[in-house]
Amino acid sequence: MKITLKVWRQKNSNTPGKLVEYQLDNISPDMSFLEMFDVLNGELTKKGEEIIAFDHDCREGICGSCSMYINGRAHGPQTGSTTCQLHMRSFNDGDTIIVEPWRARAFPVIKDLMVDRTAFDRVAQAGGYISVNTGSAPDANEIPVPREIADTAMDAAQCIACGACVAACKNASAMLYVAAKVSHFAVLPQGQAERTMRAERMVAQMDAEGFGACSFTGACSVECPKSISLDHIARLNREYLGAKLTSNNLQG
Amino acid sequence: MELDSKIPEGPLAEKWSRHKFGLKLVNPANKRKYDIIVVGTGLAGASAAASLAELGYNVKAFTFHDSARRAHSIAAQGGINAAKNYQNDGDSVFRLFYDTIKGGDYRAREGNVYRLAEVSVNIIDQCVAQGVPFAREYGGLLANRSFGGAQVSRTFYARGQTGQQLLLGAYHALSRQVANGKVKLITRTEMLDVIVVDGKARGIVTRNLLTGAIESHSAHAVLLCTGGYGNVFYLSTNAMNSNVTAAWRAHKKGAYFSNPCYTQIHPTCIPVKGDYQSKLTLMSESLRNDGRVWVPKNQQDAEKIRKGQMKANDIPEDARDYFLERRYPSFGNLVPRDVASRNAKYVCDEGRGVAPTGLAVYLDFADAIKRDGRKTIEAKYGNLFEMYEKIVGDNPYETPMMIYPAVHYTMGGLWVDYNLMTSVPGLYALGEANFSDHGANRLGASALMQGLADGYFVIPYTVGDYLATIGPGDKVAVDHPAFKEAEQRVHDMNNRLLSIKGSKTVDEYHKALGHIMWDYCGMSRNAEGLKKAKKMIQDLRAEFWQNVRVLGTNEEMNQSLEHAGRVADFLELGELMVDDALHREESCGGHFREEYQTEEGEALRDDANFTYVAAWEYTGDNKPEVLHKEELVFENVKLTQRSYK
Amino acid sequence: MAWVTQTLSSSLGRKVIMSLTGLFLSSFLIVHVAGNLQLFKSDDGRAFNEYTYFMTHNPLIITISYLLYTSILVHALMSVVLTRHNQASRPVKYAYGRPEANSTWSSRNMGILGTVLFLFIVIHMRTFWYEMHFGSVPMAEYDGKQYKDLYAVVQEAFAQWWYVLLYVVSMVALGYHLVHGFQSGFQSLGIRHKKYTPIIEFLGTFVFAILIPALFAAMPIYVFLQVHGII
Repeated sequence: MKITLKVWRQKNSNTPGKLVEYQLDNISPDMSFLEMFDVLNGELTKKGEEIIAFDHDCREGICGSCSMYINGRAHGPQTGSTTCQLHMRSFNDGDTIIVEPWRARAFPVIKDLMVDRTAFDRVAQAGGYISVNTGSAPDANEIPVPREIADTAMDAAQCIACGACVAACKNASAMLYVAAKVSHFAVLPQGQAERTMRAERMVAQMDAEGFGACSFTGACSVECPKSISLDHIARLNREYLGAKLTSNNLQG
Repeated sequence: MELDSKIPEGPLAEKWSRHKFGLKLVNPANKRKYDIIVVGTGLAGASAAASLAELGYNVKAFTFHDSARRAHSIAAQGGINAAKNYQNDGDSVFRLFYDTIKGGDYRAREGNVYRLAEVSVNIIDQCVAQGVPFAREYGGLLANRSFGGAQVSRTFYARGQTGQQLLLGAYHALSRQVANGKVKLITRTEMLDVIVVDGKARGIVTRNLLTGAIESHSAHAVLLCTGGYGNVFYLSTNAMNSNVTAAWRAHKKGAYFSNPCYTQIHPTCIPVKGDYQSKLTLMSESLRNDGRVWVPKNQQDAEKIRKGQMKANDIPEDARDYFLERRYPSFGNLVPRDVASRNAKYVCDEGRGVAPTGLAVYLDFADAIKRDGRKTIEAKYGNLFEMYEKIVGDNPYETPMMIYPAVHYTMGGLWVDYNLMTSVPGLYALGEANFSDHGANRLGASALMQGLADGYFVIPYTVGDYLATIGPGDKVAVDHPAFKEAEQRVHDMNNRLLSIKGSKTVDEYHKALGHIMWDYCGMSRNAEGLKKAKKMIQDLRAEFWQNVRVLGTNEEMNQSLEHAGRVADFLELGELMVDDALHREESCGGHFREEYQTEEGEALRDDANFTYVAAWEYTGDNKPEVLHKEELVFENVKLTQRSYK
Repeated sequence: MAWVTQTLSSSLGRKVIMSLTGLFLSSFLIVHVAGNLQLFKSDDGRAFNEYTYFMTHNPLIITISYLLYTSILVHALMSVVLTRHNQASRPVKYAYGRPEANSTWSSRNMGILGTVLFLFIVIHMRTFWYEMHFGSVPMAEYDGKQYKDLYAVVQEAFAQWWYVLLYVVSMVALGYHLVHGFQSGFQSLGIRHKKYTPIIEFLGTFVFAILIPALFAAMPIYVFLQVHGII
């Protein structure tokens, strides 16, 4: 296959970037999208040009590192998958492919296709946990969790924090990510003790990071590699409103 | 130096409790006077950092990822073992201990393995309390599945994403401590050296991957939780960035490296497609419950398949060789990982492999679909089939899957004593980075168990003993010359890599090393091949330092430079693996020497001469390493030949 | 009261304001369309004028009408605040996007649709509400009682084809606005359930996005055709 790539190149966060065109011949349809980038980077190195920086690690769709906006879509044209799970057979010989980094105020570009997603970690630190010190847990079967509840929690918990929801949202909103986190704990019996505080704090942190609001377009869920449902966003709204109306916190 | 494993005296079941009682304690008010560095935030690292911070120590946690949650623990699929005996099927701590020792082909310490089995039950309690959404029965209690190498159902799981959920549990605990200010989390930062002053570990030198800044961090103790070294093979199921650098640099500072030749090859991975391939994807072992493994009986048919002139379904039943069922009638397709892998290699070596590369066997679900219906198979394996189709582009419901073994886990690692301390006082190794609990072969669903046991339930006790011994004043500041020298060495090494300006990329050297390792130190090894490989690695290493091409500068985000440093370490580790494989003149677990096999072609141990842990001491660049032996004592199990006929 | 202002100024709180005002406006549409069906009566506007009288003199209705005006303003102002915030959340835009692959056009263009509707409401209120309250409307007498003859104003306005067109286009915009807005309003309040969400979606699509705008659009067309003697 012959492919024309237009890739966003940006030296660092202080320098403006631009789309740069590359020609690739001899691309195998069995290659993964990131393997195509490996090949390109090899060629660039031989030519003495700087390689294209991009985040990647597990290459099996679970670590959440890879983050490319391909031909106008987060993680490319295939739904329910990450960039690393995308293969060149999804494209046609002679195609031009535009590759950009995630775009969001809360995800500043570090270099080329690499962005800073630590905003997600700060949201998690704001309350995305159950406070239980090591060694203080009761026997696991003392906390029965109905199967349906466990499944719902797992549906939410499988979020890989890749940021595709933010990238795909017209408002760069992180609602699906935050909703998945809040939802995971909100449905489980173990999560009840900190339930109101968690919703209040995580939403406050989400807003402080500069993410947009939810317009309920559903783009996040469609582009989510784990197809996390919009049900969780509704639950987050419910959790937040409930928390605000019932908590004893007068300061906000 | 004499290797003291510090295994406590007394009956097996009481060793850990007695030992805990004997350990010195740090008084709660004094804990805040101690600083601990944790390198790596996978299962072992995140759980250790969180637990130590909960106790009151000041923790600095380092990861080269952008987030603590990206560590490769996240990719573990199957589950985590624990001797809960919730299924009432005869499980016990002793049985889990026994299965693990036997599965490891009697090359692990009894004391360590028993402790692992003992704390396994606490891990499940802890994780459930953290909100890990384990699979449940309709009544709300925990569900279990069975796994290879065991006759009881003791594996806890969260769909096919158990590693992810356990890591997130630890990540959440860690996040809570970050919010409390007890853990300082330092991301996108790679450890490049350990500082040893007066024989004790004092801190680390790191490179900030965003700015290139080389920085020093001092502490009272350093914990390496940096995973395994499977990527020495280039192609493995490990993540692209998994590497040996932290462990290897510690090794060069005096930490012994143990059993590097013990490598686990997983039988059910998606085969290599082409030279561009960057990693291998594991398909869960559970597929072998219903899939039948076969290749064509004769080479001509296989040849036609490779050329695309025939398809799998064109081969009639009587021209197929279900080689695992033929050779192991009682276990059939469910033989342990090492046996299944080796046999796939044999049939491919005979020229009967399928796929254009000749390196693949079929895993066929046609009979299972006929027997149980497509719906049942879909319910069991739907997501795996989907994943396979995404990668390969074939529909496994219609054409048999193609699989081939791939490097998956490394049992070897830094030598540690019962306290998880390496041969350098104050330097610890946890999780896959150490060698301790799996012997020569790891059972499925035991890696997660070990990582969390080390981090949640072992290190919080044992590190205190060391800290109480040295006292809070025994610390070296970062302006100490040892830090400055180490910083300079890191600078020098990076500058050297950048100044070579050769003609081959880092990737090309990594691939070349991978080929050598796979061909001569992979699924089966022999003395001749290993000797050849040793020379090849030495030559490749020399060439690397003459001809590698790394562009850019140190003072910026530079992924080529990061990779170059890691490959430089792999080029050294590779030789040690070969040395270790060559010296171990027996076959055991993941180490199969062709010279040492039974008449039926099974692994043949030499218990009289090799019932020991090999611990290698670094003596200087390009100098042979010195072998130390820690004899393994078995008081509670009888060493037998594994048989799966 | 810090918690109130903080809650309402959070991104979720702002959406709740949008939702409550929007759903209130939607409910008003039912009353409005039902009342205006009087236009279809062939009684020279008597029913319509009596209905208008009731709507402008009943104290409860008058109170609600102020709530309505406030809702329109708050809904519009909050949408401006949200849009500015949302646009600031992505300072650098994508060079190439294919949003149609993951979301509907209406869901992404609520601001544009809302702007059309806001302009429509201004014109609509200038023509009828302003005339009714402050303009000089001719009087009609039924059973000895004087009524403002708003029906005459309606006939005059809808006699012009471009005015009818403006209404029809605006009702199309209303349909698109509500096909997303109605169900989105429930989502923002966290009301989502396997059993009830399909009902909300049905109401949002068939009642609020199709039936009500169609009835509204039919009114100017009907009056136009009547005035010009076509029917």
